[in-house]
Amino acid sequence: MTLPASLDEAVAALAAMPAAVPVAGGTDLMAAVNSGQLRPAALVGLGRISEIRGWQYQDGHALLGAGLTHARMGRPDFAALIPALAAAARAAGPPHIRNAGTLGGNIASAAPTGDALPVLAALEATLIVAGSGGARREIPVSHLLAGMEMLRAGELIGYVRVPLLHAPQVFLKATGRTGPGRAIASVALVLDPARRGVRCAVGAIAPMPLRPLEAEQWVAQLIDWDNDRGIVPEALAAFGQYVAAACIPDPEPAEDGTVQPLPPAVLHLRRTVAALARRALGRALS
Amino acid sequence: MSNEAATATTETAALAPEPLPHGLGASLPPADARAKTEGTFPYTADLWAEGLLWAAVLRSPHPHARILSIDTSHAREMPGVRAVVTHEDVPGSPLLGRGVADRPVFASEVVRHHGEPIAAVAADHPDTARMAAAAVIVEYEVLDPVTDPEQAFEAEPLHPDGNLIRHIPLSHGDPDAVGDIVVEGQYRIGRQDPAPIGAEAGLAVPRPDGGVELYLASTDPHTDRDRAAAVYGLEPERVKIVVTGVPGATADREDQGFQIPLGLLALRTGCPVKLTVTREESFLGHVHRHPTLLRYRHHADAEGNLVKVEAQILLDAGAYADTSSQALAAAVSFACGPYAVPNAFIEGWAVRTNNPPSGHVRGEGAMQVCAAYEAQMDKLAKKLGVEPAELRARNVMATGDILPTGQTVTCPAPVAELLQAVRDHPLPPLPKDTPEEEWLLPGGLEGAGEPGAVRRGVGYGLGMVHMLGAEGTDEVSTATVKVQDGVATVLCAAVETGQGFTTLARQIVQETLGIDEVYVAPVDTDQPPAGAGCRGRHTWVSGGAVERAAKMVRAQLLQPLAHKFGMSTELLQITDGKITSYDGVLSTTVTEALDGKELWATAQCRPHPTEPLNETGQGDAFVGLAFCAIRAVVDVDVEIGSVRVVEVALAQDVGRVLNPAQLAARVEAGVTQGVGIALTENLRTARGMVRHPDLTGYSLPTALDAPDIRIVKLVEERDVVAPFGAKSVSAVPVVTSPAAIASAVRAATGRPVNRLPIRPQAAVVTTQ
Repeated sequence: MTLPASLDEAVAALAAMPAAVPVAGGTDLMAAVNSGQLRPAALVGLGRISEIRGWQYQDGHALLGAGLTHARMGRPDFAALIPALAAAARAAGPPHIRNAGTLGGNIASAAPTGDALPVLAALEATLIVAGSGGARREIPVSHLLAGMEMLRAGELIGYVRVPLLHAPQVFLKATGRTGPGRAIASVALVLDPARRGVRCAVGAIAPMPLRPLEAEQWVAQLIDWDNDRGIVPEALAAFGQYVAAACIPDPEPAEDGTVQPLPPAVLHLRRTVAALARRALGRALS
Repeated sequence: MSNEAATATTETAALAPEPLPHGLGASLPPADARAKTEGTFPYTADLWAEGLLWAAVLRSPHPHARILSIDTSHAREMPGVRAVVTHEDVPGSPLLGRGVADRPVFASEVVRHHGEPIAAVAADHPDTARMAAAAVIVEYEVLDPVTDPEQAFEAEPLHPDGNLIRHIPLSHGDPDAVGDIVVEGQYRIGRQDPAPIGAEAGLAVPRPDGGVELYLASTDPHTDRDRAAAVYGLEPERVKIVVTGVPGATADREDQGFQIPLGLLALRTGCPVKLTVTREESFLGHVHRHPTLLRYRHHADAEGNLVKVEAQILLDAGAYADTSSQALAAAVSFACGPYAVPNAFIEGWAVRTNNPPSGHVRGEGAMQVCAAYEAQMDKLAKKLGVEPAELRARNVMATGDILPTGQTVTCPAPVAELLQAVRDHPLPPLPKDTPEEEWLLPGGLEGAGEPGAVRRGVGYGLGMVHMLGAEGTDEVSTATVKVQDGVATVLCAAVETGQGFTTLARQIVQETLGIDEVYVAPVDTDQPPAGAGCRGRHTWVSGGAVERAAKMVRAQLLQPLAHKFGMSTELLQITDGKITSYDGVLSTTVTEALDGKELWATAQCRPHPTEPLNETGQGDAFVGLAFCAIRAVVDVDVEIGSVRVVEVALAQDVGRVLNPAQLAARVEAGVTQGVGIALTENLRTARGMVRHPDLTGYSLPTALDAPDIRIVKLVEERDVVAPFGAKSVSAVPVVTSPAAIASAVRAATGRPVNRLPIRPQAAVVTTQ
């Protein structure tokens, strides 16, 4: 285990030990180690890299360090900047997990139920990846989650760049219980008043967050942006249905034209997504 | 009183150490509470021995397969591996089991469930042991698993004993009786896992005499010892079980699949062998609550009085019999609940499948039927247009009524009083007066809950359990009390599982002997047997044995004094270590009276005998019964189907309160376990394979899921046949709370809710 003090040192340590695995909060990694699924030859600890444990501002964007913990993102000062990410961080698990788990770890694990991921997808966040020799390159977070662009060997997620939209944002999550639990479905919704846009992502129902682009564009035109962002109530429900149908489509008709109904559990999931999307837009516009 | 005097009194009170609670009825804290909260209490997983080896168990990856060959040669050759054992290395009985010996120590020809032990390894490092276990090559012919208990009747026998473990066709009363109103329903109860917070662990140490000592968190050490000795081919005296701290037990705690191989490996290698199972292994190895399918038909007259109950109950026992026979007896006997039902026709089966093994989990049998008969009562109330609580009140059982088994209820049965108490308790207020952001809605603090979609429901449940083993089980316990130098010691093999037996034993001795300093010795099998720690039996039989032994010591202590002063021992009194006579003539201390002597007494307690149910399910099978009434209040997000239990108000028939703090803790634990059954706990399987055997996939209730638990009333009507008149308290809240929660969700949503745990899609109200 090595404990580098800067991002470049960490990249260098990974280059020196290609078999080493980087570890930040360890909430996913150590569970895999303890269950015997992973036996890393060496670990590069990222916990001492102070430059990635905070955030800075950059041309209307926030540059979030990958080492930001969920607990830190859940605090009010952060919530004032990026409310949806703060809400996702607060919902991300019990306190001991939130104290250790990091934003970068959530992205690197890319679990379907990762709570930060739909928010980053809705924000159209970009990753800043550190490579050897001080190299930096950018990857849209959606490209990484979709597997279109991957991290190369020896690279580390350094920062996440998200736009500061200065408008309401909502993250809602359905779990099977009142206590902390994994999402059955989650919805992140952000308003972009400058571009008169609504951006929405649905998490936990597919391997990566889903963006209902048509539903977003459709509902954005119905919002009276100049007049307290008013909307007719029927549009909220219709938006929910639109999002749910886009993310969980009806099955393809068979050759004889009959359509098999969705199984009850899938229908319930669709209803849940519709309710979450409707509630999220309602709260963002209220 | 002047102000100065008042101040002075307060100051003296503050300076003097507060008198510790003692005796029966006081909230004596457990002696080990501090060590347990500080994390210094040693559990089995903390034990160590010189020259320790580590064990690993190879478990079946298939729910049903024929074993064609087992090749251990690669595993044996691995450096660091000291022994590999399979079915060929079992010197004694190849079969074991609770009640019925039908479970192989190691599978030899077939594996019958996912996770069945096949081989065990001892090595000098836990990783080596695990790798060696993985290196045992087993060739399987995978067979189709029988996973639907309804198919088990027709399926090829999974076991030489056949697929039907027990069948009880209970018939009581007039089969032709019909009611004006008939309601029917079909109900399913999921598979609850006991999920002890401390997973199983054990240490086996070989003895110079060729025997072995097993350090285990056993809850029934003597039975475990006898089974282990039979497998090792040793006399029971040469196997000793030392009970270590029990980290959570709501069931028969230990998985025999690892504890027996542990001793075998220690005998084989001559070295101490230790194993701490992983959470996954824990889920696969130990027994679960019986998944149950129930079909019911209730007949009632136009006023809502029950006329007849017909039911079919099918328990999925998994691959081995274990305690399924007892679970079925409880399910069939209590299938009508604490209601007076003149005619009952209940047919119950426990069948073998390739699903995970089922066995004793708190309130087994009684819990599953409670969820079903209470659903039926709700259905009946709806059909009659009567309030559900009112319908229940019209039908409750009382002392003197007859159970469907033909047994007369002779113990206190204050069911009407319990129900009235929870009905009268004020309902919890709606949160409308507090700021909206502080509301704890279904889905949690950061959840998606929206006040407009939340509906509140109130539901009722009445439940009953039997205490002690039923159907002729010999429920004896033995205890020894010793007094020396003014300190009393209790020796009793009743295991402290968290139920508070050691605290109770201290209280009993304090009460009887007037000695405050009481030490309860650790348990091992060199002591006489006290039986299993389940069905509230230690409070009854072991507590009874401790009381008798303490009374014998008291007689020995006081006899010489009484003789000297020419009065009977009953006229002497012991308080705070002082012996005084009724007239105050005699006053001496216990230490003086002892005069350096040691006083010992051993006593047994054996409840009155019971009889097995006959071929029509009739018989006086139970020693005692305990009852409880619960009113649950839930909030349901009817769009998403998330449920939050807001409050559980409970009234319970306890006989006598022996330790109020401990009683409240047991009730709260029971209700919380019930919340788990009702909402989240179900160990899922797919074609017999256990899915998500971890605590993320298997959701235990957290503090946020636990409701506000209000103990509204404890009815203290003493049960004359029980020592102290006390009834067991732990099981009946587990039995009743899931039914009450389901009833409340029914009230909130209008949906039938016929399956536990309640899935979100069963709690949504669709507008289309």
